[in-house]
Amino acid sequence: MRLIRITRGAGLGLLLLASTGLSMASESRVPLPDIVKASGAQCVEPNAVMRRDHMRFLYHQRTQTVHRGIRTKRYSLRVCIACHAARDPEGQAIPVNAPGQFCSSCHAYAGVRIDCFECHATTPEKRAGGAAATVKQGLSGWVGRIKKTVTKVLEGSPP
Amino acid sequence: MSATSDTKHDDARRRFLGRMAQAALLAGLAPGVALVEVARARSADQAVTDAQRWGLLVDSNKCAQGCDACVRGCNEENGLRPGHGPATDPQWIRIVTLRDRESGRVNSLPLMCQHCAEPPCVDVCPTGASFKRADGIVLVDKHICIGCRYCMMACPYKARSFVHEELHDQKPYAPRGKGTVESCTLCVQRIDEGKGRTTACAEACAAAGHEAILFGDLNDPRSDIARAVARHGGARLRADLELNTGVRYLGV
Repeated sequence: MRLIRITRGAGLGLLLLASTGLSMASESRVPLPDIVKASGAQCVEPNAVMRRDHMRFLYHQRTQTVHRGIRTKRYSLRVCIACHAARDPEGQAIPVNAPGQFCSSCHAYAGVRIDCFECHATTPEKRAGGAAATVKQGLSGWVGRIKKTVTKVLEGSPP
Repeated sequence: MSATSDTKHDDARRRFLGRMAQAALLAGLAPGVALVEVARARSADQAVTDAQRWGLLVDSNKCAQGCDACVRGCNEENGLRPGHGPATDPQWIRIVTLRDRESGRVNSLPLMCQHCAEPPCVDVCPTGASFKRADGIVLVDKHICIGCRYCMMACPYKARSFVHEELHDQKPYAPRGKGTVESCTLCVQRIDEGKGRTTACAEACAAAGHEAILFGDLNDPRSDIARAVARHGGARLRADLELNTGVRYLGV
């Protein structure tokens, strides 16, 4: 009888604990991070790995890039931001370290200060100045060079 | 009569067709040549090596008085903006005006980090933040720079500056921040792109019609800069210090 009472008590306790746990998730004193959805389908590593080790990837990549000129995209902070920066209704990128955004929401919850954005840009680069402009520049250079060759040949002088 | 005019026309036609064929051949060949260049370029996952030594050749005779196109080009590329007055504003290129007392000749030149082979800034850095990349570019690793400014003291060219104020809206490819030292990076982000791009200052100078700055690989004897240095020489500023600078000057 006594044993039954104990189990019953324990069951009740567990139930209570479960309910308090639930209420903590929904309306707790410390709000859980609200993870802003990225624009890509899948991150470069599984989510669990990224949550634990993203700083290690970034740390390794920064040395590779600065000292050895290796600029692969996989763990590049620039590419992270390009995917993870949310857009406001006008289509402008919101800084990833703004309150409630991808980086800051988790870091505020974990109480870890981020140093990255004292130097690094917090929004993706504007399209006009990016890779598209380079391609355009390269193409116009080519067209110019071919034109020059053709005119030189037509004029009869050696190119 | 008609026969002679026909042969004349035929000749003209033949010459024209011949030149067109030549042009078509060249237009067809030229991209092939470019492909060879691309194949030689480093891929994104390969580290830089000392096969290259990047440098600049500045022809001070072509540098126009009162022109600051290179400085503006540099500021635009690297996101350098004036903020709190000339004492603390970032400046990676300074325009220096020289005046010869005897002849009265006045000329100007852009002075930036000289990318020394034996950089004094690297010698004095207590944390290893100031370093020289394998391809000769002298950089600051701002992740480990503590802002002590020893390198600024050691540089005989006064090429480095300190970021005094908090910054916002940096360029994604040119991170800069308060409390670190910075200087000309030889537009390392463009070099690493590996598409034969030149520096922002050289580009701006050419766009302004002066073409006083030539960027390239000093180690490649076929490059424009190496050929120009071989033909015209190229003085190093303060050559007596034997720092073997990567930036050379003509007409100084």
